Amino acid sequence: MLKVTSTPRATHDNLPLVPLLEITNLTKNYCSPEGGLQRVLDVPEFTLEAGQQLALRGASGTGKTTFLNCIAGILHPDEGIIRLNGQDMAGVSESRRDWLRAQNIGYIFQTFNLLQGYTCMENVLLGMSFGHGTNRDTAAQLLKRVGLGDRLNYRPSQLSVGQQQRVAVARALANKPKLVLADEPTGNLDPQNARESMQLIRDVCEENEATLLLVSHDQSVLDQFKECLDLAEINHAAKEVAA
Amino acid sequence: MTLWMIIRNSLRQHALSTGITAVSIGLGCGLLMAVWVVNFQTQRAFKNVTGGFDSILGPRGSQLQLVLNSLFHMDSSPGLVNSVDYQIFRQKYKRFYQAAVPIAVGDNFKGYRIVGTTHDLFRAEHTPGQRYELAVGEFFIQDENQWNKEAVIGDTVARKLGLRLNDKFNPYHGLNFAPNQKPHKDEYIVTGILKPTGAPADRVIWIPIEGLQQMDGHPEGYANDVSAVLIQMSEDPTARGFGMNSLDSIYNKGTDHLTFVKSTDEVVTRLFEQFAWAEIVLRWVAYLVAVVAAGGVLASIYNSMNERRREFAILRALGASRGTIFSIIVLESAVIAAIGAVIGFGVYAVIMVAAESTLRDEIGVTLHLQEFHNIMVIVPLGLVALGAAVGIVPAFKAYSTDVAQNLIPQS
Repeated sequence: MLKVTSTPRATHDNLPLVPLLEITNLTKNYCSPEGGLQRVLDVPEFTLEAGQQLALRGASGTGKTTFLNCIAGILHPDEGIIRLNGQDMAGVSESRRDWLRAQNIGYIFQTFNLLQGYTCMENVLLGMSFGHGTNRDTAAQLLKRVGLGDRLNYRPSQLSVGQQQRVAVARALANKPKLVLADEPTGNLDPQNARESMQLIRDVCEENEATLLLVSHDQSVLDQFKECLDLAEINHAAKEVAA
Repeated sequence: MTLWMIIRNSLRQHALSTGITAVSIGLGCGLLMAVWVVNFQTQRAFKNVTGGFDSILGPRGSQLQLVLNSLFHMDSSPGLVNSVDYQIFRQKYKRFYQAAVPIAVGDNFKGYRIVGTTHDLFRAEHTPGQRYELAVGEFFIQDENQWNKEAVIGDTVARKLGLRLNDKFNPYHGLNFAPNQKPHKDEYIVTGILKPTGAPADRVIWIPIEGLQQMDGHPEGYANDVSAVLIQMSEDPTARGFGMNSLDSIYNKGTDHLTFVKSTDEVVTRLFEQFAWAEIVLRWVAYLVAVVAAGGVLASIYNSMNERRREFAILRALGASRGTIFSIIVLESAVIAAIGAVIGFGVYAVIMVAAESTLRDEIGVTLHLQEFHNIMVIVPLGLVALGAAVGIVPAFKAYSTDVAQNLIPQS
């Protein structure tokens, strides 16, 4: 069984860190058009330490989004344990999963998934709403940090794609998450913007002591990470697809 | 705060459908409140407008016609009480009553009824606790020795006809005005204008009874007859109860040419009972408007569900529970109904102003627009509850939104 992990970072008191995310025997199947079951996830073991920034490389159809959605509790796996910060995301009720997601996870989507009828400030406030509660000052600071301090009351449609992406970053970090999941976060950006955005995401996660798990197929993005793995290395189902 | 922000944004994004739905709820709400309040206040006004008189003696005929003609100055006169009967009543049954005021009708001025009477009428309370008061001028001269061709007019008459103090007019024969008809030769002068009473008296021109009885052109043979006698029964409970029953037996069962209305209140109640179906129909129309409006809320929100799936999926991805999404839709539906209820008060005010003006001018009954009635709480709250209830259907749809499927892209 392959165990994929990176070197745990030492804390200031030099105590060994407890893994933030531990996944064991995770499987997920979808119904195929032919009526059978198609396995898209088969992850025997995966761990991520607090503060770690890890990139997963994967081509389309290798289960990248499904993997992140299972970790976020948006999808329920067929089998397996997803232990986030000591709590099993897969073994709790849906409402408990929602609560754990709101408390611990920030999610950056490829298409940003900003709410169009809301201002930048409101989008970030929504990121806080279901977790630790809203704070307009914190939201404003986050937006300022991502360079949108003068765009607080702009709606997504009034922003460039790069600016929208930065709002999505601010929103993902608004609830002070322990884990930030990024699904092809620069997929809609030009190379220059993509590089800058990626750096911003990494910097902001580091400043906020958030662990970052990113999936992408863009090599220029992956090159910015010290730790990078092929999804196929941890997801046996992806290996089968590739074969 | 979050829920309100989401609801506010949604309402803003669907401003047109929200506005139309809220207005239709407002119509239902206003209509329901108005039907209830108009009915309540009209019934109360009719029951209060007894002019301080318990009973009426009049010619043989319908008790309702007698009450409408004598107290509300509506409908045609059922005929006359001849002077002999009138005098017999006054002398023989004096112990039963404390006041018996004769009235005579049969003339009008430009559609407003001229009623001949005596000063005793103005001493009675037109509505409980309220007596007739002059706004300007004085009452007509009328005593045992003389009477003058003078008139005291009600507030509505003064306003609608523009009659002022010392203005002169010639009465027309009959209760209905025909412009091509020649007026009587007798000329009357306005000596007083009454303060508004909120009662049918506002629509009346009062003159000395002798003036009407002896009006130029009226048959001399009826010069001492009256149209009806308004009776204030004795305050002594024994005499009152006994008197009413006795007069009921004497006139309603013992003679063939007079009618005694034992209780004007009972007749008015019977009148409203006869027209209760109209109120029920109106009420059901209002219920239907409210239900259709609630259906509008349902359709409006339900139709927006498809375009909002992604919004719900994003909110779920941010940590909102299914229960939160469900609550948002139910609250949104309730808020639309609440906006409708607020609009309903505007609709209510418009209906009431129109109804007040019409009722005051047509039958002399005044509605009190600012008077509180429980229905003004019950209907808006009921509609908000109904709005929330119809929101449950689209809320279930939102509740069951699949997060992963509605968060694009999938890889």
